[in-house]
Amino acid sequence: MRSFVQALIRRKIALAGALVLLVILALALFAPLIAPHDPMGLDPTVRLQGPTARHWFGTDHFGRDIFSRVVYGARLTMVCGLGVVLYSVCLGILIGMLSGYFRHVGFVAMRLIDVVMSFPPLLLALALLAILGAGLSNVILAVGVTYLTRTARIIFGLTLKIKEEAFVEATRSIGSSSLRILARHILPNLLSPVIVQATFTSAFSLLNMAALDFLGVGVPPQIPSWRNMISEGRVYITRAPGVLLFPGFFIVLTVLSFNLVGDVLRDKLDPRFRDQFSGVRR
Amino acid sequence: MLKYMLKRLLSMIPTFLLASILVFSFMHLMPGDPAGVMLGDSATPEQVQVLREAMGFDRPLYVQFLRWFGGMLQGDLGNSIFFHKPVLRVIRDRAEVSLFIACLSMALIVLIGIPIGMVSAIRYNSVADQTFSAASMLAASMPTFWLGLNLMLIFSVVLGWLPSSGFPSVVESGNLANLKYLVLPCVTLAAPNSALIIRLTRASMLDVLREGYVTTARAKGLSELGVTLKHVFRNSLITVISVVGFTFVGLASGTVVTETVFSLPGIGRLVVESVLRRDYPMIQGVILIVAVAYMLINLLIDYGYTFLDPRIRIT
Repeated sequence: MRSFVQALIRRKIALAGALVLLVILALALFAPLIAPHDPMGLDPTVRLQGPTARHWFGTDHFGRDIFSRVVYGARLTMVCGLGVVLYSVCLGILIGMLSGYFRHVGFVAMRLIDVVMSFPPLLLALALLAILGAGLSNVILAVGVTYLTRTARIIFGLTLKIKEEAFVEATRSIGSSSLRILARHILPNLLSPVIVQATFTSAFSLLNMAALDFLGVGVPPQIPSWRNMISEGRVYITRAPGVLLFPGFFIVLTVLSFNLVGDVLRDKLDPRFRDQFSGVRR
Repeated sequence: MLKYMLKRLLSMIPTFLLASILVFSFMHLMPGDPAGVMLGDSATPEQVQVLREAMGFDRPLYVQFLRWFGGMLQGDLGNSIFFHKPVLRVIRDRAEVSLFIACLSMALIVLIGIPIGMVSAIRYNSVADQTFSAASMLAASMPTFWLGLNLMLIFSVVLGWLPSSGFPSVVESGNLANLKYLVLPCVTLAAPNSALIIRLTRASMLDVLREGYVTTARAKGLSELGVTLKHVFRNSLITVISVVGFTFVGLASGTVVTETVFSLPGIGRLVVESVLRRDYPMIQGVILIVAVAYMLINLLIDYGYTFLDPRIRIT
């Protein structure tokens, strides 16, 4: 941990990324304290205004304060990012480890993963949402499937390698059960690549979820999110470009920060697996 | 060589079969009766029953699958519920824009991405390298639709240089000038995907530059350009070719968004419209075709590898 902090400080741009993520987390946690206006509060007298002293980022087509909506939008971004990471990483580790350790499970699981990976992520998510219906948890589920298979693939490869190592052989020879070997000896060795994978998953899942919201099949529009602010406001971009610029800027900032931190983490934790992460991206 | 190619071709069959089963189950996984969902809440039970029988939903699942699969092998993917036309014909009508966008963007991506990646690797850690790295990181972090809307705002609305939406057919009118409608969509689509190629070309060239045979080539007095083109570029091409596969995935996802932003009548928009209309045969058809195209591209890429690197044939 200490060496990671040192690496962050050495790469100033990545440090900036980490700080941005902390600020966005703070926005999400303390939204009611930070937002100057009610994010849902309509005021038809101030529709589509540019930035003013009262409305820092201007107002949208219902006269709602864009800054307050951006602050509240951070909540949804964090919940979505965290949701996809938790679900895809946990299941990915489980499937990947079992497939790598037990050969027959691995054969079947990897064929299935091949099939899932032959569908472009956004199309797969669209098809799943057509079946499941819209809604926050369904969006997380649909977007996470892609990253689940990717994590499982990487963990599968690493487990195959680690289970041949001498220390695993030694543990097996003193009679440890498979469960014990997996949990106590293989899992701890997988943690660093998993952390790296989680950072990139956050970045790319946010982009995919943004696309789904934009297409109108994502999170319901009444919840303020950066993505549907852009989607709703795009008709008015000529009159008030703020509805497009500010929420979009925050999406770019968040994704960029995850990428920057991810790069440092990868270089620090796992130079060996560099290629595996820089390859498949979206 | 031929044996490897045949083996690789045959290995596609199980993946294709599993993919078809998966796509077929999409329709049957949804809660409730598919016919009821298609007709909506206002349908009478009699109407639902008529559609069930017409679509064959009352038969056992395996019979339905075999009928669908058999039809598919003969090029029949069923009829669209919304258009009342064969799925394949609707896709064919919409294919022009999507194919144009895909090919032009791919050309842009390769022409921008590979040279910049090469320069970054050769001038490692220079100002140029750092600028390109920062720019590609930024491009990869932008949502496609946001970039598209911004480009539209600048180049169509403010400057008035390019049209903002729509696409009059080039094939029907024979007017190549209509391609100007695709400039903004292609740039939108190419930007994030070129970022990926820049990073990969740079990384793979840096790896090759550290190899012993590059030092040998330099030691025997070959010019730097000669070393780069003959030894480094050729050997890093393997990684770059595999990127074409990833890029295809990026393009397939990207067109869905780009066609919606620029209101283009392509396949990507068709998917979104079909999802919103719950036109399941249409969704099934498009997704299956995209998946098959992806499998075929991967097959061609694997064949490409064997030409570039004979070692792969042996292993």
